[in-house]
Amino acid sequence: MSALSDRNATAEAAAPVHDPGQLIPVVRSTALVRCNPLTKIAVALVLMIGALLSIDLVSAGVVLAFTFLGLPASGLDLRAALRRLWFLPAGALLAAWGTAILAEKTGAVVVDLGPILMTTGSLEAAAAIFVRALALATPLIVLASTIDPRDLADALIQHVRLPEVVVISVLAAGRLLGLLVSEWQVLSMARRARGVAGGSLARRTASLFGGVFVLLVVSIRRATTLAMAMEGRAFGRPGRMWRRRSTFGARDLVVVASAVAVCVLAIVSAHALGTWNPIIGSN
Amino acid sequence: MALPITARGYSWTHADRDAPAVGPLDVDIPAGSTVLLLGPSGAGKTTLLHAIAGVLPSESGEATGELLIGGRSTDPRRGDTGLVLQDPDSQVIFSRVGDDVAFGMENLGVPVDDIEARIPASLSALGLDLREDHPTAALSGGQKQRLALAGIHAMSPEVIVLDEPTANIDPDSAPGVRDAILAVRAATSATMIVVEHRVGLWLEHVDTVIVLGREGVVAQGAPGEVFGDPELAEVLRECGIWVPEDPEAAELRSAGRAPRPDSPAHSVSESGPDAGVRNDAQTGPRMQGEVLLRARSLGVARPGASAPAATGIDFDIRTGGAIGIVGPNGAGKSTTALTLAGLIPEFTGEVLAEAGLRDGAKHARPYRWPSAFLAPRIGMVFQEPAHQFLTASVAAELALGPRLAGWSTESVESRVAELLEVLGLGDLAEAHPQSLSGGEKRRLSVAAMLAPRPAVLIVDEPTFGQDALTWAGLVELFLDALAGGSAVVAVSHDHGFLDAIGARRFALGGSEGAPAGASADRSARRPDAHDEVRGERVE
Repeated sequence: MSALSDRNATAEAAAPVHDPGQLIPVVRSTALVRCNPLTKIAVALVLMIGALLSIDLVSAGVVLAFTFLGLPASGLDLRAALRRLWFLPAGALLAAWGTAILAEKTGAVVVDLGPILMTTGSLEAAAAIFVRALALATPLIVLASTIDPRDLADALIQHVRLPEVVVISVLAAGRLLGLLVSEWQVLSMARRARGVAGGSLARRTASLFGGVFVLLVVSIRRATTLAMAMEGRAFGRPGRMWRRRSTFGARDLVVVASAVAVCVLAIVSAHALGTWNPIIGSN
Repeated sequence: MALPITARGYSWTHADRDAPAVGPLDVDIPAGSTVLLLGPSGAGKTTLLHAIAGVLPSESGEATGELLIGGRSTDPRRGDTGLVLQDPDSQVIFSRVGDDVAFGMENLGVPVDDIEARIPASLSALGLDLREDHPTAALSGGQKQRLALAGIHAMSPEVIVLDEPTANIDPDSAPGVRDAILAVRAATSATMIVVEHRVGLWLEHVDTVIVLGREGVVAQGAPGEVFGDPELAEVLRECGIWVPEDPEAAELRSAGRAPRPDSPAHSVSESGPDAGVRNDAQTGPRMQGEVLLRARSLGVARPGASAPAATGIDFDIRTGGAIGIVGPNGAGKSTTALTLAGLIPEFTGEVLAEAGLRDGAKHARPYRWPSAFLAPRIGMVFQEPAHQFLTASVAAELALGPRLAGWSTESVESRVAELLEVLGLGDLAEAHPQSLSGGEKRRLSVAAMLAPRPAVLIVDEPTFGQDALTWAGLVELFLDALAGGSAVVAVSHDHGFLDAIGARRFALGGSEGAPAGASADRSARRPDAHDEVRGERVE
């Protein structure tokens, strides 16, 4: 199964090797990348607030613009990011399309094709939805991509005081999730080789359930083995030591402060330009 | 420091079985000894290792008697035992090499400075020249085993137990991993117990051999004593242990070449239509037999891959002919097998079925055939047998293929009975396939594929985890199929098996498929002579 990864593994020991498990590879270690994972989560939440509170072009636009400006600081392989994240603008566009057709029809008519009627008002709402969707999703995905799960686990245990056995188990199990996809591909092939794939809908369904069952068995077996391997290395013994201290530094403060500034700027400029359109309360 | 291991009437019974998985047994293993643990497939070797490491889940079975490490009951949390498992993928814990090595030390509460110092030391002791932030997902199977060993090395345990540590890595890498294990053993001077089917790989490096039967310990002693005792020789053969330098075992290995009168393979190969032809198959391409499947300038890749795993594959698969696909890990052997079996599309070139196999199908490429049409014609056994099981009992699993192919009830029943007999699975006919031992699962997956007598058999490592007896049973099945006019394509590191079925070699990516005659000689001399072929390659 690991034929391909074996090939990649003819490893150059010096150069950092790309981890096949990452969604978007981090290619440069910037100050932002070195921030504490909790800082990154805080930044993502603060930026989200800036775009979430109001449905308007200005507040969302400010957040999105600063996100794009900050992209180089993320240290991510931006080309890979474009390749992997094409569905984000596509999804946002879909949401915008729905809004353009269904939103309250105010202002002049722009497009009128019978059932499809768009006005300046509905187009404005659509643009706001489009930008807002991107402004909500992009910082979250970008920042999440720079978080090393191990660092996050360290931070959650050392600062948030989550129980270590649970966090480490989830962390180790997360590594197995990626294997499920390839397991499923093999299972589908195996069903085809045994002659039970395809055929009538009833047969397909039965075969699907059979496959899901085997996947379950295989995953449980794998998880049991992993649990044994962990237990075999004294996991669960009280008094665990932490090789790495999860720390906060000046850069964490700077990054959070910048995020808060962007958030405030977004809200203030929306008020100043009179586009503020809060999701709760007034109107 | 090392600790002794003692068992008094120890047994372990799985919650859903009546018979104990291991024992009851009495064993004394002195501190610091190195033990090779042998026994037939299903004798409970793995269970015993897990028990010694203290990782048998107490809720899934029941133990009787006592098992003591250095006079104390087993407890993995003391950190005095180190366990290495068979499957390299399932024992990587973290996504970075350094974190993975540090895991055990962190659990044991080793001071941070010591941890930091020991990580590079352990990595280099195991020959892993990697940065600490190297992603574990990018390691090969052999490297993952070394990583697991580095984690154990860093903990410096007093007992090391290893469950077929080289089973899932290619034979060229096995001696390197073995030497790494011996280095860890030497550095910690721990008591070591290793389970391994490849006896020859370890025999010169251990001071004790323990043979585990279904009812406790059969033999214990120095390797020379155990294998030199003529009285024991018969017992060992009955346990299916590969006896080194044993002429009979060697003969069994090259079955069909010079079969003994009572060897099971004998009758089959003699009665086969091309018994004489098959045996000199290695000397060159054979012209006998009708072509069933052709690979034409074939390049193969996993679905979604942008570069091929192997290219330039050209051969004909003929009735009664066997082809062995050999090569190092990562050469694309499994991908080639899947492509030939019509399960993944060709990357370049074509796999074409000829008239005899095509049988009036609209498409010549097996990849385009519907599943129900494909299965009775091209059978495929996967590397991981657990993936292939579809029913709830061993017998039903064997009956499925023939039933789908429309056989009569009587012929299905007699076929199932025959296969159960040949593979020694008779007692397990009603067991759930997923509950079998590793070796039993592998035999079942092969038998289930062979059951409907497909014209082309494609198998990926069919002989992993087999003892000498079950191995001979598998050889018999394949010789039977070849004699019946089927064609066999086997991806295998086991040259003894390829010789026994008279396969001509097709080498992928590298030079492992060295002159077939030479490898045939080696396997005739010693059952696991391949262990010594070459140093590790993957790293």
